[in-house]
Amino acid sequence: MRKRMSESETTVQSGRGFWRDKALWRSRWLRSGGFLCRKGARLLLLLLGVSAAAFFLVSLSPVDPLQTNVGQAALGSMSQEQIARLRSYWGADTPPLQGYAAWLRGALSGDLGTSLLYRRPVLSVMGEKLKNSLWLTAAAWLLSGAGGFALGTLAGAKQGTQADRVITGAALLLSGTPAFFLALLLLSVFSVQLGWLPVGLSVPIGMAAEQVGLGHRLVHAVLPGLCLSLSGMPNILLQVREKMLQVMESDFVLFARARGDSWRAVAVRHGLRNVALPALTLQFASVGEILGGSVLVEQVFSYPGLGQAAVTAGLGGDVPLLLGITVASASLVFCGNLMADVLYGIVDPRMRKAGGLL
Amino acid sequence: MQTAQDHQPLLAVEDLTIRFLQYGRGLRRRELAPLQHVTLGADRGQMTAVVGASGSGKSLLAHAVMGILPYNAQVLGRMYFDGGPLDAQRIEALRGREIALIPQGVSWLDPLMNVGRQLQNGDRSPQRKALCTKALQRYGLSEETQKLYPFQLSGGMARRVLMASAVVEAPRLIIADEPTPGLPAVTARRVLSHLRQLSQEGAAVLLITHDLELAAQTADRIAVMYEGTIVEQVEAEAFQTGEGLSHPYSQALFDAMPGHDGFLKLKGR
Repeated sequence: MRKRMSESETTVQSGRGFWRDKALWRSRWLRSGGFLCRKGARLLLLLLGVSAAAFFLVSLSPVDPLQTNVGQAALGSMSQEQIARLRSYWGADTPPLQGYAAWLRGALSGDLGTSLLYRRPVLSVMGEKLKNSLWLTAAAWLLSGAGGFALGTLAGAKQGTQADRVITGAALLLSGTPAFFLALLLLSVFSVQLGWLPVGLSVPIGMAAEQVGLGHRLVHAVLPGLCLSLSGMPNILLQVREKMLQVMESDFVLFARARGDSWRAVAVRHGLRNVALPALTLQFASVGEILGGSVLVEQVFSYPGLGQAAVTAGLGGDVPLLLGITVASASLVFCGNLMADVLYGIVDPRMRKAGGLL
Repeated sequence: MQTAQDHQPLLAVEDLTIRFLQYGRGLRRRELAPLQHVTLGADRGQMTAVVGASGSGKSLLAHAVMGILPYNAQVLGRMYFDGGPLDAQRIEALRGREIALIPQGVSWLDPLMNVGRQLQNGDRSPQRKALCTKALQRYGLSEETQKLYPFQLSGGMARRVLMASAVVEAPRLIIADEPTPGLPAVTARRVLSHLRQLSQEGAAVLLITHDLELAAQTADRIAVMYEGTIVEQVEAEAFQTGEGLSHPYSQALFDAMPGHDGFLKLKGR
């Protein structure tokens, strides 16, 4: 017994002394440095792969940028010389491999090229679109996360009740509804029938830019934001509910009840704590889904954001802009997942005490 | 056997039956009764052991007294605590304060909450903190233990933390559900001596175990559980001498103990 005790005592000591121990601190830093390097290399590989895939998919696309952007009639009235100039402007005369190599060379030196449709540097077009999209997607991301977490824990804690049935039923229905269909539905109810909210765009039509206030922008963002939040919510909600069910059936919840905790205290003190971790991971991993959803939703609402720009660039054969948006979105999704990894290591005591990831 | 009327033990369980309704395919219902007509008493200052094979319903008995059976369980029969009937409402008012459970293992602690917080149970007043520190000290656990998470506890430490959690307040009935499995013999014996001490301080201790040998050494009375019912409740000495055991199952248990007649094969019901 005594020997066993002293053993367990020493493991505890080393666990606690971890923070004080210089050598371990150094190894911790080395390890976190290694972690960041590995992740950085992975990001580079990912971006390389994603941009290459996007580029070659576009080169396989049946969309002819000349016919789309200039028009068959206009092309017919042009001289061969003019057409050749246009072909070279749209990059239709360069072989894909050569074109990609040229883009990559520019991208590596920080130049993402010039948008063919907007005739401005890709970065400035993206910056402008991102400004419109960012707060829309960020709000939707936060709302879907918070709503999904709150309703999911509630449904899980009150398993089998009327509230649970309504919430879970709605979530299943929503998760089976495509985002664009939900967008159309919201439009037809709130904009067309009730007339409460504008039908589309991010600012009122025909209003001078300097007259547009924050109120106008907010009113125009309500429906797309709501649609994005609603379509992102069921995924988090159902997973959180499932986890909550597991927690409420666990031994430690039984023990908490045996120690006199009320049902509510158990749900709050033990339920939320144990559900928060997977919910956090899910929330950061859902960045990709929100971004993907925004492409369709912005299209339906004619909302001039990054998602709509991606569609325009894809259909119009604007390769530099499309690649720029692809690379930016991939980076955002990657950062979301990375945040989930890192936060888990910080928040979960089991991983934190073991040194975590960072 | 004593009943609530003539002696009034602290905890009296009379004719307790637990049934589960299970829904099979379609509308077919199946009824299981893992605990049938259990009568049992646990008295102040005494350690009563409930001994039986795994699956005989021992833990269910503990869970019934604590009121933490699954929602589809149906409880029939009577339970008395300190002379008054022990119904769901009273259990809810008493558990954690007058009735305490010492659960089986570390999985009964929240993995994401440190020991101190779990013992405080939401009450962060200095008084409560002092009580927790005292309870941990009683089992040789330092203040530092409060900052540890369950995964950092060794098996023996976890067992002592669970024991400490029961004595933060001064319960009058302590139910220890299988506190010894997985522990080396020395540690197991120490755990039982801690329980013994609690009973000597006046609490009624209900020890649920499958280890008859340990129970016979430490408990005052032994209730033998077989196939969901208590077949007899005797003084612990009966399992030292073999006298006074009337049921064939308890006699078989006695014979199977080291140094006794050997193993007798029993026919099932």
